[in-house]
Amino acid sequence: MATYVAPIPQVSASRAEREARGWTSWITTTDHKRIGIMYMVTTFVFFCLGGVEALMIRLQLGAPNNTLVTPQTYNQLFTMHGTTMIFLFVVPMMAGLANYFVPLMVGARDMAYPRLNALSFWLLLAGGIVFYASVFWNPPEAGWTSYVPLSSSTYSPSGGQDAWIYLIHLTGLSSILGAVNFYATIANMRARGMSWGRLPLFVWAILTYSVLIIFAMPVIAAAVTMLLTDRHFGTHFFDQANGGSPLLWQNLFWFFGHPEVYIMVLPGFGLVSEILPVFARKPIFGYKAIAASTVAIAFLGLLTWAHHMFTAPIPEVILVFVMFSSFLIAVPTGVKMLNWIATLWRGTIEFKTPLLFCAGFIALFLIGGISGVFLAIFPVDWQLNETYFVVAHIHFVLMGGSVFTIFAAIYYWFPKMTGRMLSEGLGKLSFYLMFVGFLTTFLIQHVMGLDGMPRRIYEYDNVGNLALYNAISTIGSFILASGVIVTIVNVARSLKVGVIAGPDPWMANTLEWFTTSPPPENNFDVVPLVRSAEPMKDIRREVERRSAGGRATGGVTVPSGATQVGV
Amino acid sequence: MGHLTNSTLAFFSPLSGGSPNANQIGNLYKITLYIALVIFIAVEGALLYALIKFRARKGAVAAQIRGNTRLEVGWTVGAGVILVALAVLTFAKLGSIQDPSNSNANGDALASQSGLLYASTERKLPPNGKSLNISVIGRQFLWQFVYPGQTESDGLGAPYSYEQMVVPTNTTVTLDIVSADVVHSWWIPELGGKFQAVPGYHSYTWFKVSKPGLYRGQCALLCGRGHARMIAAVKAVPPAQFDAWLANQKLMIAEANAAAQAARAKLNTQTGAGQVENP
Repeated sequence: MATYVAPIPQVSASRAEREARGWTSWITTTDHKRIGIMYMVTTFVFFCLGGVEALMIRLQLGAPNNTLVTPQTYNQLFTMHGTTMIFLFVVPMMAGLANYFVPLMVGARDMAYPRLNALSFWLLLAGGIVFYASVFWNPPEAGWTSYVPLSSSTYSPSGGQDAWIYLIHLTGLSSILGAVNFYATIANMRARGMSWGRLPLFVWAILTYSVLIIFAMPVIAAAVTMLLTDRHFGTHFFDQANGGSPLLWQNLFWFFGHPEVYIMVLPGFGLVSEILPVFARKPIFGYKAIAASTVAIAFLGLLTWAHHMFTAPIPEVILVFVMFSSFLIAVPTGVKMLNWIATLWRGTIEFKTPLLFCAGFIALFLIGGISGVFLAIFPVDWQLNETYFVVAHIHFVLMGGSVFTIFAAIYYWFPKMTGRMLSEGLGKLSFYLMFVGFLTTFLIQHVMGLDGMPRRIYEYDNVGNLALYNAISTIGSFILASGVIVTIVNVARSLKVGVIAGPDPWMANTLEWFTTSPPPENNFDVVPLVRSAEPMKDIRREVERRSAGGRATGGVTVPSGATQVGV
Repeated sequence: MGHLTNSTLAFFSPLSGGSPNANQIGNLYKITLYIALVIFIAVEGALLYALIKFRARKGAVAAQIRGNTRLEVGWTVGAGVILVALAVLTFAKLGSIQDPSNSNANGDALASQSGLLYASTERKLPPNGKSLNISVIGRQFLWQFVYPGQTESDGLGAPYSYEQMVVPTNTTVTLDIVSADVVHSWWIPELGGKFQAVPGYHSYTWFKVSKPGLYRGQCALLCGRGHARMIAAVKAVPPAQFDAWLANQKLMIAEANAAAQAARAKLNTQTGAGQVENP
């Protein structure tokens, strides 16, 4: 190592030409960073719409026998809420983050197929517009699971159900194209020296996410096509009176639906695995175990779909098999949890907002993971399935899980994307409001479910303590929403007045911090040789060693705007 | 204190107490809950301890540890062992949850009839083969219950009721759950788990109520705009009272049918002339 004479690595990126401006530059762009930003902004708008729907649901349930909305509107609200959050927020938000950061983290100048990448985004937007256009006519009302025969033309004749089908088609195609693109980028465009064992864990997660999308999305595409032809062209795939089967829908839907859960949460696992080491100032504990458990979860995730169907008429041997596969998936998930805690152990933890969101994620996801074990035991599931216990479980996994990691990523990467820091004060306020609001909203929902409250009911009688529990939950949802609003204010404010970030404000480990903030269109002029899983740490050490005989100690960051420095 | 722990536990447990299968599910849930609480406290405790103890201080240096194979293998195996224990426990309880037990000696005599509307191999019966079999039919947005005792050769004419199922106490009741339209889910929390009513399929479950009373529930799977009002209740009464109720129900249905027939006949004679004019 001592004989290695390389130039002092410095930020080596410069703008070759003036940045394109104006709205046409956005709609014609094939730059992965601009596409990534469009993804994030679009999906965040849908997140807010889905959030408003959630608040209306909670307002309706805030009091027993409430008449704020009609049963029809209520069914439309939870259908729109679930569909929006899954297909228009979490999955594409992860795609947006990956769009911006995967090429930067692997040291590439763009995605493998830039124009295909633009197509992915526009398909997503088209799907969202088709779906939300139904608001002006009849929104779908069969739930995000759209079980047949309820979603058939007999029981849901309105066009809203068709809008839902087109949303699945368009966003599904968007996801598949995006997944192929991520896979090709990661497989072929990594920096020199970045072997599979040095791939950042977020990139590992996106690789696995892509493979899961390629396996799962075609299945739902086929299923909704069958639903479409059943509805309009006289086929009978799901019609038991003519040789079809309503259970076929459940099987196909959940064969997609369960991997979908991991499609939503694995990138979140990757984000936590990136962010924790930076703020604990320690390497990730058990890199190989975390990467391997990501792949193991993805594989097992393809074998557990029938645990959503424990109460359906299916053979007992399948119940037992699926219970085992669902148990098995808890093992790699548990390994990750303990690895993250071990990463914090004996570190020097800096309580910045991204770390808070990651710690909140671990605390909440653990609860979601444990309640998942209850649901995997099929006789217990017979009592808990389709109740508010399940509603609490999915929100602990997807909101406490995925959404908290997304917020961690927003706080962590905002400086890279805009060149400005977000306010720490507002960030912490946002975190505590969201954390407390989340627990107030969803913890009590376990108890509602145990007391026999089914999900998707627009009203309930004032029996037992249900009125009190629901009132608590409704209050919590507004605290949660106020936390989200604080972050929106924070982002809007920091775009104008945020502290200038410089290329590497967190002293992080991965290559995206090697370039300017925001990076120029070509990302890097020179891509450094990668020698470990933490290339920026090596680079800082190298800078420290070679700059004036160690004059500068810890915390060397290259000055903003510095150009390439050679020997 | 004992009372307090009991009520706290009830707060965190599913409803039970009506039927042996519901009680066994409740027990299985509680054992799982104890194991889960230990894991929950240990892991959240470790997280909280790490966050407080290892926060950045002046002069503190982070230990550059990259992993510990023995520790990692240890907790992987540990997690596996806990889950194997849970699986063993589930299998130990499964029989008492799934398989109906015999009616008590003071159960209803009707239970010896096997008034099956549909035959199936997957349906479980008590060891002595005797149960009161009731068909549960889900339809938007009403539960219908059909009791044994058809009077006509084509299987029709059996007594039925809506929304409220009346059953004799101390008698094993087996349910055959079907749907007339969309997917519904049959659920009375205190009488055991829920089972989907899927068009074209049969689901089966059972219960045996020892305490007379009213056990409430409702459809548990989204079935349309009236889903929240698709309520169900099981009213358990002593066997003699049940027999009397069933006989009365038969009589009332027969009377209503006769009245309807008479009204139809009257209508036919009135409109007969008109039908000739407008064929």
